[in-house]
Amino acid sequence: MISLPATVLDELELDALTELVNIGVSRAAASLREMVGRQVLLSVPTVKLVSRSQAVELLGQSETNRLVAVHQVFEGDITGRAMLIFPEVNSLELVRAVTGGELPLEDIIELEQEALAETGNIILNGCLATIANMLKRSLKISLPEILRGEGPEFFELAPPPEAGDVVLFLYINFSVSERDIRGYIAMLMDMPSLEALKVLLREFIERTTGHSTTATDAPL
Amino acid sequence: MAYKILIVDDSKLARMAAAKALNSLRPGWERVEATNADEALALARQSSFDIALLDFNMPGRDGLSLAADLRDLDATMLVALVSANVQHEILSRAAEVGAQFLPKPVTEPALGEFLDAAEQRLKAAGR
Repeated sequence: MISLPATVLDELELDALTELVNIGVSRAAASLREMVGRQVLLSVPTVKLVSRSQAVELLGQSETNRLVAVHQVFEGDITGRAMLIFPEVNSLELVRAVTGGELPLEDIIELEQEALAETGNIILNGCLATIANMLKRSLKISLPEILRGEGPEFFELAPPPEAGDVVLFLYINFSVSERDIRGYIAMLMDMPSLEALKVLLREFIERTTGHSTTATDAPL
Repeated sequence: MAYKILIVDDSKLARMAAAKALNSLRPGWERVEATNADEALALARQSSFDIALLDFNMPGRDGLSLAADLRDLDATMLVALVSANVQHEILSRAAEVGAQFLPKPVTEPALGEFLDAAEQRLKAAGR
């Protein structure tokens, strides 16, 4: 499931990143659960270092439909983008769930943009804030933007990364119990951020385990 | 009394963090680690554990399903489910299978409180 060259992030650093994402998304899921009134089910996160085209392929594997994404850019020691993505056909159902399901269709359509942005904002901000806090850094998070289209378009947003084609790609599937709502949370980080991320992860591991990262292979 | 504790988490970092806290809180206790539910269950069938700390979101079966299996195997084993996922459904299912819920990341004071209470209950149960 996890494939990264050892030279970039070692096994424990990757494990720590996956765990951070897991905690961030789990907390965000609890917020979403409050909004939709139904249990939110999560998969185990996947973290991969892939080319941009592979990231698009990974998303495309499960989705042939048109997609909607709530997109936010984060900047700080690490820079990247976080997206809440789901099939466009699910979008109104999500809005219906968030608004309580009492509104007539025309109101739901009118509210769609705003409700999607707000839902995305709560989930993505919650997730990113948890990760930033645990890494003891602050991240500047942009306002949510709604994107519609096919998966590839989402990953070819300007500005293009200066460091080439490789991205750190994280994703986790979610679905809402008893509702036809499913999608995923994806995060994309460009290569220059990886060096900074490696340093932050080392510090985090040291704080969490009391081990210096040079001694992480020592038996517990 | 030194008890035997089982730590189950697919994340090595999370297991190391639990180990660090346990080393400081209960240095004399025996600690065994597993990375998934099946491995944990196999270990629990081989030898008995007094306490188990279980991650919720793991590849394969989740911590709640494992908690139920462990309690079936040994009804007096004290089990904590560890997760950042504080949804009502998960909290109430944890209570149903007799597992206490510990928010992730687990802090030393929170784990200490759980272990104090667990120790009292184990003693009362004659373990």
